[in-house]
Amino acid sequence: MTPDDAGAASPRVRMRGISVEFGPVQALHDVDLTLRPGEIHALMGENGAGKSTLINVLAGVVSPTSGRIELDGRELRFLSAADAQSAGIAAVMQDVPLARHLSIGENVMLGHEPHGRWGIRWNQLHDQARQMLTELGLGDLNTRLPLRTLSPALRQLVAIARAMATGPRVLLLDEPTSSLDEAEVDRLFLVLRRLRDQGVAMVFASHFLEQVFALSDRLTVLRAGTKIAELPAHQVERSQLIAMMIGRDLQDLRRIGSLRREHRSDPAGPPYYSVRGLGQDGVLAPTDLDLHRGEVVGIAGLRGSGRTELARLLAGGERADTGQAEVAGDAVSLRSPTAAMRQRIAMASEDRLREGVIAGLSMRDNIALALQSLRGWARPLSRAEREELVEAYIDQLGIAPSDPDILVEQLSGGNQQKVLLARWLATRPHLVILDEPTKGIDMRSRVEIQALIARLAASHVGVVIISSDLDELVRLSDRIVVMKDRVKIGEVSNGPGLTVETIVEMIAAPDEDDDVPPLDGTAPC
Amino acid sequence: MNTAITTPPAAPTASRVTRLREQLALRADSLPTLAALLIFALMLLYGEFSYGRIFQLSTLSNLLINNAHLVIIAVGLTFVIISGGIDLSVGAIIALSSVSGVMLANAGWNAGLVMLVMVLIGSGIGLASGILVQYFDVQPFIATLAMMFLGRGLASMLSTVPVRLDESSGILALGTKIKIIDGPKVNDLVITPGVLIAVAVVIIAFVILHRTRTGRTVYAIGGSEQSAALMGLSVARTKLFIYLASGTLAGIAAVVYTARLGSAQNITGIGWELDAIAAAVIGGTLLTGGFGYVLGSVVGALVLGLMNVLITRDGGIPPEATTIITGAILLVFVLLQRAVISRQRE
Repeated sequence: MTPDDAGAASPRVRMRGISVEFGPVQALHDVDLTLRPGEIHALMGENGAGKSTLINVLAGVVSPTSGRIELDGRELRFLSAADAQSAGIAAVMQDVPLARHLSIGENVMLGHEPHGRWGIRWNQLHDQARQMLTELGLGDLNTRLPLRTLSPALRQLVAIARAMATGPRVLLLDEPTSSLDEAEVDRLFLVLRRLRDQGVAMVFASHFLEQVFALSDRLTVLRAGTKIAELPAHQVERSQLIAMMIGRDLQDLRRIGSLRREHRSDPAGPPYYSVRGLGQDGVLAPTDLDLHRGEVVGIAGLRGSGRTELARLLAGGERADTGQAEVAGDAVSLRSPTAAMRQRIAMASEDRLREGVIAGLSMRDNIALALQSLRGWARPLSRAEREELVEAYIDQLGIAPSDPDILVEQLSGGNQQKVLLARWLATRPHLVILDEPTKGIDMRSRVEIQALIARLAASHVGVVIISSDLDELVRLSDRIVVMKDRVKIGEVSNGPGLTVETIVEMIAAPDEDDDVPPLDGTAPC
Repeated sequence: MNTAITTPPAAPTASRVTRLREQLALRADSLPTLAALLIFALMLLYGEFSYGRIFQLSTLSNLLINNAHLVIIAVGLTFVIISGGIDLSVGAIIALSSVSGVMLANAGWNAGLVMLVMVLIGSGIGLASGILVQYFDVQPFIATLAMMFLGRGLASMLSTVPVRLDESSGILALGTKIKIIDGPKVNDLVITPGVLIAVAVVIIAFVILHRTRTGRTVYAIGGSEQSAALMGLSVARTKLFIYLASGTLAGIAAVVYTARLGSAQNITGIGWELDAIAAAVIGGTLLTGGFGYVLGSVVGALVLGLMNVLITRDGGIPPEATTIITGAILLVFVLLQRAVISRQRE
């Protein structure tokens, strides 16, 4: 069935003018979504664009502040996930850990167990669960084993089997493939296509562009909680789609690219920090990277492309499954942020408030925190040292107001970011990794932070910067690493020939090995 | 169920290994429960060889009779703990319920009505805890702590001295010893209606937990309340049910205990909630929720009861040391659970 045919069918779900507010944050603004039977509808957008929120609304988990939802022409009012399920809407949420102590079979059937006179019929339950799992090629799983004995990938497939077990008319899949390997993805897609042919309406949200193009019939693009476009999938060009997701049209990107500064320096001498094959299962494919002191390396990619994951692995925030690392020529294993700090590598997280500053502490305490923890409790900073340090950074970074006693929660976002930077700079790092240092802060602070990055590089500190603002990356970086679908797809030296568009095209280029490997029908166990 | 279906038709050499591994995975969770059974058996043997007269109908009968109330509240706590919560109010419920029960009976109320009121006092307090936890989002620890103070305070307001039940009261019928086997000398198999009530409670709880959707929802909530809600399970109703059940069972335990003792006091049941928690933990229920067995908690309660018997028989161990031994046993079981959990995480 082609999307055009499907367009003729009457819609199964019609969402109109959906808005969602979480406190002061507007997560969705006046979004429409139409789902037709027998059609796979992809939701596209960066992290935070509102894909999951929209799915949660339809799954009954989040109540919209305004808007209408119709199922087969009848208006729906959900109070809970249970109501949505009884209306025939099943959802596979991102990273929902089912009940890990219960058996695999029970997880598939929980909530719709077969009953007899003496309560739940366990044998029948396991038979039915096995039937569902067989459709996903998992017929050889022992459904009586506890769920926790399965790998994350298999758990994800169990969650999908669970959604299918309800016999849904609408199936919502939020990042269902994020922990699956290629063969598992292929098997899942086979099942999804069969469900589509049976007339199920599906929503598929994914970061993986290639998967979206391979599977979906129609696309809705969201950006910052707003619907940007709805298009048949076969009419969309990749670069056009990316431009819609990040919010620039191609003309704009070309113009910004030509404004880029001159390329500054090529890395000289041996790298300070070098990793080979650094990776984590299902999170980041093995990646090589060399980082030099005094060099600014930009990491480009859509949100969810693996760029934050790479930064966390580099800085010891997560433990790598594979790969070796060397700092200044010596093999090291950075198993924790503290271990990285001892090697003079610091990272400022993207999530300022939750993983960065401590909002309820004063600016002084926040700035002194990392240095103190590096020194250990036995060697406290003296009061004079601390005052000197704190004042120096407040002055140097232009934090306003400059009173060190003020609580960080009272500062603006830009100043909170500066406090966070000051904390890490106080440890005198040789390499700083900055994840979205200019996200959501005012123009003035943004310029100041960009200038600070340039100053750091000039004073022989290596900087890794992640930013969604490609313009910023091209302006600041000496070298740009491009990430896509959790793989490092390229590395370019900055220079006069490099524009924002170059990077967009690198991300948009279709994968070389696009053809689907044949199914062999065996389950990985 | 045909075993040929449950085990995958793999190559014969591989299948034995996988089957063994699967069996181990199946059993790993129940390891603490099996260990509790083993310890119970060892304690019986040790007692028999060291002090004698343990494997005797009368001793075993008394073990059941004296611990029926503990078994009942341990069953209630098992529900609460599997769901990831805690109920600290059960001891206080027993005090309030039994003091008011005795006073009402002595005031001439009908025995059946008094027992109903005693149970309903427990239900009321349990329901209040459940409402606080579910609808006011109070942590179970705090909600039931508040109910504990309330219950204990009300009991003290009613009476601060022991109140005796009239010898003629019908409530005492539940404590009547019924001889089943008339053994030589005083070695009889004896039960009381209280024991029968405890057995019925255990059976009903077992059926609810293992054969009904409500029961399975209790486990799912303990695994992760958020996922249970996302799976479309009725979390709110089930949580209310859990605390209602725990309170009601405490009310029933109050009836059984009062019938056995024939008196009530405002300080009855201090620390019993902790005994019941200990029984559940020793029986293999995971304190973090998501896993546990009613029968395990029964074994746990009997381990605690038997320990008291052994200490009394020994004579050398000061009774004051009982709590130390309870604590030591509890610690061993918690460490065992941790070991099992950390092996699962590898």
